[in-house]
Amino acid sequence: MAINVIKPGLSTTVQDLGRPGYYHIGIPTSGGMDMLSLAAANLAVGNPAGAAVLEAVFMGPELEFTADAVVAVTGADLPPKVDGVEQAGWESFPVKKGQVLSFAFLKAGARAYIAVSGGIDVPVVLGSRSTYTLGALGGFEGRKLQAGDVLPVGQGAGKAGRSVPAALRRMPGGPAELRMLPGLYWHRITEAAGKGFFEDTWKVAPEADRIGYRFKAGRPLEFEPREQPFGAGSDPSNIVDACYPYGSVQVPGGTEPIVLHRDAVSGGGYFMLGTVVSADMDLIGQLQPHTPTRFVKVSMEQALQARHDRKAVLDGIAAALA
Amino acid sequence: MTTRYSFGGDEHIFVECDEEMSLEAFFKGLSITNALKAAQIKGVTEICPANASFQVRFDPDVIAPDDMMRELKALEAAAQSAPSTLETRIIEVPVFYNDPWTHETGQRFRERHQDPTSTDIEYTARINGLDGIDGFIKAHSGAPWFVSMVGFVAGLPFLYQMTDRSRQIQSPKYLRPRTDTPRLTVGHGGCFACIYSVRGAGGYQMFGITPMPIYDPHQTTPYLRDFMCLFKPGDIVKWKPIDRAEYDHTVAEVDAGRWMPRIAPVTFSLAEFQADIDGTNARVMEALNGH
Repeated sequence: MAINVIKPGLSTTVQDLGRPGYYHIGIPTSGGMDMLSLAAANLAVGNPAGAAVLEAVFMGPELEFTADAVVAVTGADLPPKVDGVEQAGWESFPVKKGQVLSFAFLKAGARAYIAVSGGIDVPVVLGSRSTYTLGALGGFEGRKLQAGDVLPVGQGAGKAGRSVPAALRRMPGGPAELRMLPGLYWHRITEAAGKGFFEDTWKVAPEADRIGYRFKAGRPLEFEPREQPFGAGSDPSNIVDACYPYGSVQVPGGTEPIVLHRDAVSGGGYFMLGTVVSADMDLIGQLQPHTPTRFVKVSMEQALQARHDRKAVLDGIAAALA
Repeated sequence: MTTRYSFGGDEHIFVECDEEMSLEAFFKGLSITNALKAAQIKGVTEICPANASFQVRFDPDVIAPDDMMRELKALEAAAQSAPSTLETRIIEVPVFYNDPWTHETGQRFRERHQDPTSTDIEYTARINGLDGIDGFIKAHSGAPWFVSMVGFVAGLPFLYQMTDRSRQIQSPKYLRPRTDTPRLTVGHGGCFACIYSVRGAGGYQMFGITPMPIYDPHQTTPYLRDFMCLFKPGDIVKWKPIDRAEYDHTVAEVDAGRWMPRIAPVTFSLAEFQADIDGTNARVMEALNGH
């Protein structure tokens, strides 16, 4: 079966759980920004958690189905419609041959995950179907969807009416708190600047995409004076170009922090303050521009607890939909 | 040279071999990352060498962060006795310096540059005391360069010139990054050269363009059939200045699937290089020229 793309939405890409293993040559993991919602959508339609789905940002696509299928939409509150009739989120529903799946306006969050029973069956590239747009790699022809695209869909056997329990759904919206483990080049800023960074309320800047989320409205950071090391460049925020962890928080020029996400640039010459914990990466993918955000300092122990809690939610969803 | 370890969240360990760039710092990182690969520690998912640092990604559900840290620190001690010799290759990369495309892009983003009245190549020649564009090309394409990191975007090499520090070209990054850089631009920031593998944002100075693709996700380019990225850390690059006619000819040959880069195997020894830079470079060039 196949899906005809009537309207592509703003930036809809094929994503799965990503393409680890090639970061050392600059190819990032990619995959769903909100992996928990991606997995939940798949499990609701009877797919393995890591099947390829569509990730739609801010605005949904319009898709015509060439055969019967079961669909689930999770993540952002972007209500799905089948031939104009609104369907529940976080729950699987049938789409018949010839019917059109479309979406109402976004109510909350940023990214919706559209899983189809059988999974989006684009070719596997370097072990994944995820789209890495910057490198024109994977997904549907290495790019976001366009009107007229025909998406292949695999064989599936999903059932309609399977619902993620309400207590296990992540409902995006409201001010955000991102837990961060300080480190990396934290020592480059003064103690007062470090304190201010955690005190200030930042706002998601319009430059927020799959590569990274930029934040503004906090105070500029003051640097510890030093003679710049050879090869680093003259700005106090410069370092000898190094590798960037996923979730790392770089602050070019000391002004606007950028948290690198799934399509991260793998390295560069800006110092980093620390790293957002793995458990909060999903949440970043649901932040809209202007969302007030605070960074919260945590220890490794707290980071591991957060990771454990997230996994418990995912295991709960899997158990409920088994 | 003090090694500094830091956790990057709950999934990464970041290791800075030295604050400043040197081939010694690169080799220290390379020997530890090679030892780490050989150790095949369960839970290690990615090993990323960089210029004077490296990064390890691990799964904390498989190996506890403190255990991972202990393993790495033990490897540092063991790796110190590793010989700094590399079986590698030298690759000749043709460059059309001062080309019209990077020139046009540079002019479009001129207000983001340190010297809006000049070009990137003229500015860098001046602040490095080189004799204009010709003097710059001579210095840039004279001694070979060492690939000390691959990354930023897919397959982009960072290169460090194989010469003593006093002769290295240094140039700041743009005051604010550009939103556009032509594909295959030869750029420069700090002491590093790079080749932009894809079109996109960038903050490095732009000196020229190569007709030689270095990244091909479709893998139809004859020399990229085995893998989509050409470069890996430890490769040695020699820039070959070319003119517009040769650039156009090479682009046509590449498009026709007929063009192949000149690549030769070579052994690089850090100790030999430290003892005799010019002699080592001459020997490396002989490997390329088939003597």
